[in-house]
Amino acid sequence: MNPGLFLLIAVGGGVGASVRFTLDGIIMRRAGGTYPWGTFVINTSGAILLGFLTGMADSSVLDAQWMQVLGVGCMGGYTTFSTAMVDTVHMLQKQKFSLALGNSIGMLVLTVLGAWLGLMLGRGL
Amino acid sequence: MTLVEHQRDNRRRHHRPVALHPKLILFVFVGGAVGTAIRAVLAFAFPWTGTVPWTILVVNLCGALVLGFLLTALAVRTPETDARRDVRLFAGTGIMGGFTTYSELASDSAVIFGTDPVLAISFALLTVLGGVACAGIGVIAAKALVHRRVDLSTVHA
Repeated sequence: MNPGLFLLIAVGGGVGASVRFTLDGIIMRRAGGTYPWGTFVINTSGAILLGFLTGMADSSVLDAQWMQVLGVGCMGGYTTFSTAMVDTVHMLQKQKFSLALGNSIGMLVLTVLGAWLGLMLGRGL
Repeated sequence: MTLVEHQRDNRRRHHRPVALHPKLILFVFVGGAVGTAIRAVLAFAFPWTGTVPWTILVVNLCGALVLGFLLTALAVRTPETDARRDVRLFAGTGIMGGFTTYSELASDSAVIFGTDPVLAISFALLTVLGGVACAGIGVIAAKALVHRRVDLSTVHA
C-alpha cells in the first residue's frame, strides 16, 4: 500500500466518522426515545452504499484504489459495529429483549439485504 | 454514539448540540482516521483470500469488546467532566467507531451469499452474536475492575 493511498484511506475514515457523529446527533435530537435510530440509519445507508461501490468495482466502473478510499476509508469510518453491539448489551441489561433482537439480528438482516441490493445495482452499471 | 451517551449528552445544557461543536467534530475526525488507519493496515497485512473474511471478523469483535469496556469504565464517575467527554468522543466514537465497520460486514456477507449462502449466514450470525458477547464481556470486565478498586479503597480507608 503506497503512503498516499494509505493517507487518503485514513482521511476518508475521519470524514466518515465525523459525518456519522453529526448525522447521528441530529437524528437523535429529533427522534429521542428508546431506540438508537441514528446508528440504524447510518449502518443501513452505509451498507447499501458500500454494496453499490463494491458492485461498481466488480464491473470495473470504479477504480480499485478509489474503491479502497471510499469503501475501506469513508464507508468503514461512517458505519460502526461496536456502537450497535454495546447498545444491544444495554438493551439486554434492561431486559428489553425484542429491542435487542431488532438491534442485532434485525439490523443484520436489513443491512445485508441493503448491501445485496446495492451490489446488484452496482454490478448492473 | 450509544443510546445511553445520547441521553446523557441531551440532558446537559450546551450552548449548541455536542454533534455540531467544531472542536468535538475534529476529535471524532482524528479518532476516526486513526481507527480506520489501523483497520486498513490489518486488512492489508491479512487480506481476505480464503473463504471467511477473518480480519474484519476479528476487528469487529475486538472493537466491540474495547468499546464496551471503555464506555463502562468512563461512565463510573458522574457527572461527566468535559475532559472525560472528550476522551469518550475521541477514543469511543472516533477510534473504535472508525476501527469497526458494519458496512463491510453487510457487504462481505452479501458477496459471499452469491456463492455460498450457508457460509454467508454463518459468518454474519457469528459476527453479530460474537459481537454482543464481546461487548458484554467488556462491560462486565470494566464493572468488575471498578468494583475491585472500590473494595480496595474501602479496605485501605
